[in-house]
Amino acid sequence: MKQYYQKEIETASREQLKAWQDERLVRQVRHVWDNVPYYRKKMEEKGLTPEDIKSTGDLYKLPFLSKADLRDAYPYGLLAVPLEDCVRIQSTSGTTGKRVVAFYTQADIDIWEDCCARAICAVGGTKKDVCQVSYGYGLFTGGPGLNGGSHKVGCLTIPTSSGNTERQIMFIRDLSATILCCTPSYAAYIGETMKSMGLGPDDIPLKAGIFGAEAWSEEMRRDIETTMGIKAYDIYGLTEISGPGVAFECSEQSGMHINEDHFIAEIIDPDTGEVLPEGTQGELVFSSITKSAFPLLRYRTRDITTLTRKPCSCGRTHVKMTKPRGRTDDMLIIRGVNVFPSQIETVLLNHGYAANYQIIVDRVHNSDTLDVQVEMTPEMFTDNLGEISQRQEALVDGLRSMLGLAAKVTLVEPKTIARSEGKAVRVIDKRKI
Amino acid sequence: MAIKQISVFLENKPGTLLKMTGVLAENKIDMRALSLAETKDFGIVRLIVDDVYTASTVLKDKNFISILTDVVGVLIPDEPGGLDKVLRVLAGANINVEYMYAFLGGRNLNRACMIFRVGDSRAAESALGAKGIKLLSQEEIATF
Repeated sequence: MKQYYQKEIETASREQLKAWQDERLVRQVRHVWDNVPYYRKKMEEKGLTPEDIKSTGDLYKLPFLSKADLRDAYPYGLLAVPLEDCVRIQSTSGTTGKRVVAFYTQADIDIWEDCCARAICAVGGTKKDVCQVSYGYGLFTGGPGLNGGSHKVGCLTIPTSSGNTERQIMFIRDLSATILCCTPSYAAYIGETMKSMGLGPDDIPLKAGIFGAEAWSEEMRRDIETTMGIKAYDIYGLTEISGPGVAFECSEQSGMHINEDHFIAEIIDPDTGEVLPEGTQGELVFSSITKSAFPLLRYRTRDITTLTRKPCSCGRTHVKMTKPRGRTDDMLIIRGVNVFPSQIETVLLNHGYAANYQIIVDRVHNSDTLDVQVEMTPEMFTDNLGEISQRQEALVDGLRSMLGLAAKVTLVEPKTIARSEGKAVRVIDKRKI
Repeated sequence: MAIKQISVFLENKPGTLLKMTGVLAENKIDMRALSLAETKDFGIVRLIVDDVYTASTVLKDKNFISILTDVVGVLIPDEPGGLDKVLRVLAGANINVEYMYAFLGGRNLNRACMIFRVGDSRAAESALGAKGIKLLSQEEIATF
């Protein structure tokens, strides 16, 4: 089934896409130069004027923006239109403790919601579907973005927001929701709650889930798909660039199409800033070329991923990004080794444990310690102490070969690790350095 | 004949056992025997109770993980050589004892009950029964 929201755009030829990008980039650079003194100064420091940017081929010349710039310029320093033309702000979830505020005109919101509508159509959504949005509503972009996209597709939208999990399940069943949108950790929790209510995949009418806003593994995807009897799709976005829908998965489930008519993606070496060739892993950088209120150029996402333009069976021509391995912010450096929480998750699920875990990093006698706390599950419990210890040992070995690092595994009682209705708190870093 | 034992997963830290006994007390569950096996981080509490169904249900409701295990309850006269006689029968039948624990007296002071977890409950029961050793049923243990 091939289904699009804006077919001519989503399946446009690469030449057409390039032509759109060239034209829009040139216009956007002029808009920013004229209206954002903060960025103009950065361009001037590099000896650049808008005339130096004639096409996407000149993109590499432009200065980067980082989260630090957004903090420096808070709140209005990167605003490119009069405040009276703005109709909305959204703010980042502050998972890394640094809140930023982004502004939107009505046209910017339309762009964002179009992108979300494309994501819903890509998982098979039509106006006949009932779409339950269990992302948080409010400053967080998850709820408002998917809500708007769902309206554009014409789905009956159930704006449950997050929380009150048994009520979520009641609405899914009573109102026959077919598409669920939330964070993957909340989806896993809804699945767990279903199980404890004695409900299986056949007891709910859902057929697809759109899960994003945090890194999650393939193993977690399979887990959610089995528990709920659905297809689980990834969606990617960030408030700085618009919100969810910057990129989304299609029926292939093998990477997310970036909406290239609105956002130009580059991969750079996070250390040198040098642009890397297609297929190389590096930091994802976005330039927003159609938004007017908060038009960031070359914004460093800190997400580590790769891009591919190989043709996709879904017919979309837009570049695909792989599931980010993790945000460079999420990366822990433990005894000098880079560790992503998603790697630990992969090992846990491969060993039959649930995706509820917490990573506690501490420093004892000047040496880092890594303690992975995992909840005991009915499937993993036996009356035999030796057998449980053996499985625990196997997990320690699995972690060692994945991370190249010795970790301690602590088995804890069920439901003792806090459940998250939004983004999960996976890491507690107690190190005082 | 085998008796159902409830095995519960607990973290090895202050208060966890209390939390579990609290749930049982609240639901008027009478514990007939209890044994603890522990490692540094976690342990397994093994329980014989008067009402297995209610105990399992209320523990599950309170988020404890537990499973039922078949064990053999053997009546032993409280006198020297009582246990020795039983073990001799099991060894003779080549039955391995994984673990065991006792509770003394019950409501009658001159006897003891020994709970055995063995490789093959059925074989143990017939070997012991053949030697005239008294085995206890779930009902008998509830009122022992």
